[in-house]
Amino acid sequence: MAVRVRVPTPLRRFTAGNGEVTASGTSLKEIINDLESRHPGMRDRLLDDKGEIRRFVNIYLNGDDVRFLDQLNSAVKDGDDISIVPAIAGGR
Amino acid sequence: MSYITALKCRECGQDYPVEPLHVCETCFGPLEVVYDYGRIRAALSHKLIESRPRNLWRYRELLPVDHEPDIGPCSGFTPLLHARRLGAEIGIKRLYIKDDTVNHPTLSYKDRVVSVAITRAQEFGFSTVSCASTGNLATAVAAHAARAGLKCYIFMPEGVESGKIVGSAIYGARVITIRGNYDDVNRLCSEIADKYGWAFVNINLRPYYTEGAKTFGFEIAEQLGWKLPDSVVIPTAGGTILPKVAKAFKELKDIGLVKGGAPKIHSAQAAGSAPVIHALHKGTDLISPVKPNTIAKSIAIGNPADGFYVLGAVRESGGWGEMATDEEIVDAIKLLARTEGIFAEPAGGTTLAVTLKLLAQGRIKPEETVVVSITGNGYKTLEAVSNAVEQPFVIEARLDDFDALFERLSGGKRLAGAA
Repeated sequence: MAVRVRVPTPLRRFTAGNGEVTASGTSLKEIINDLESRHPGMRDRLLDDKGEIRRFVNIYLNGDDVRFLDQLNSAVKDGDDISIVPAIAGGR
Repeated sequence: MSYITALKCRECGQDYPVEPLHVCETCFGPLEVVYDYGRIRAALSHKLIESRPRNLWRYRELLPVDHEPDIGPCSGFTPLLHARRLGAEIGIKRLYIKDDTVNHPTLSYKDRVVSVAITRAQEFGFSTVSCASTGNLATAVAAHAARAGLKCYIFMPEGVESGKIVGSAIYGARVITIRGNYDDVNRLCSEIADKYGWAFVNINLRPYYTEGAKTFGFEIAEQLGWKLPDSVVIPTAGGTILPKVAKAFKELKDIGLVKGGAPKIHSAQAAGSAPVIHALHKGTDLISPVKPNTIAKSIAIGNPADGFYVLGAVRESGGWGEMATDEEIVDAIKLLARTEGIFAEPAGGTTLAVTLKLLAQGRIKPEETVVVSITGNGYKTLEAVSNAVEQPFVIEARLDDFDALFERLSGGKRLAGAA
């Protein structure tokens, strides 16, 4: 169950500068746990102390905001595409 | 001469150098410019501000730039209009329209934030500027980039009004439309910003860019004779302007340029894209994203990251917020146009429609001084109202034909003296 995870600049010090890494798991929660084991420190950047996705972090699964899916329980399958993006508010 | 000392994370307080950064590496919170208010207090006075040209740079000490700016020489200082006819119709005596439909050069409040962002982009040495935009921001970035001689790429969602595409491309900007909504565009752009190292005004220059929105608030205070109003109604999309207007009022008080109580600040959203209002009404800090569906495309942002700060600023001020349906938005656009001769885009219709609701609810009182924020021009969004206006009458070039038409239109009355 390998997926592609795109990593934003502020997290790349955990990934040796890589903008893209792979991870495995059947749910987003498992993916994040796998990211943590491969790149220690990442989970704390993504999740708050209650284990929820941080307010200023957006995670997209195949282009869909996981807040519209099943949050951390969103099902992940082989070949999926995950983007981690700072929750910038744009203009208009 | 600069009065900026650092960038600071609004969430965890970590300090960062004055660089093109926008996100805290620790908690992903947004970064905010820190000023030396002691020095600003000593430097700035009513007299100094009033002696300067009528543009947004008259407040330059409170803006995050280092050098004498030459971008946006005519941006800002838009009219604050006492709306007597509209006020009489809705029952508010001291009703004012802050009219950014005539901001220079692209007719929206975005000329403020972009003037600051492009000035900063030049100071940082960028050669390409860019933005994710549903329209108004795009045209502002394209125009100011042209004057600054910078390369420009504009990203917008498919389906925005055609005038906004033409209105960017005409300045020589390269326009790329994305199959998706505004939030999809924003997501792609933050990935592009990382990869290409361009100055995205609303991404990596965001801490500087957003500060430009304060000038909307500075001007309201100055134009009321260095007084603050009782209520201000402001549209909410990404959530930039409302907290920054609150900040502007606070800064003016802190450095001693205005006195008295702080205004209630009210947020206006379109019912088809109202995540902040839903959270406000529910009494929660958690903003659930929505998929926008409204004619008010310029404020159709379903996942506003600064929405959290909008909630904070509204609650702290004792204000409230409401949403307006597309029909109410169109009615309000027509009301403003017919009573005051100001043609607002749907965001402005939203703001006026919400003002009416807050008045009906007693959240705004008839005896208050009220400022309605009109942030964009209706000539850019003709599609939104083209079916809501009276269609033209077609006649032959014969006086008899007009006489007959006029008689019909005036309910059978004939023109005095007519045969």
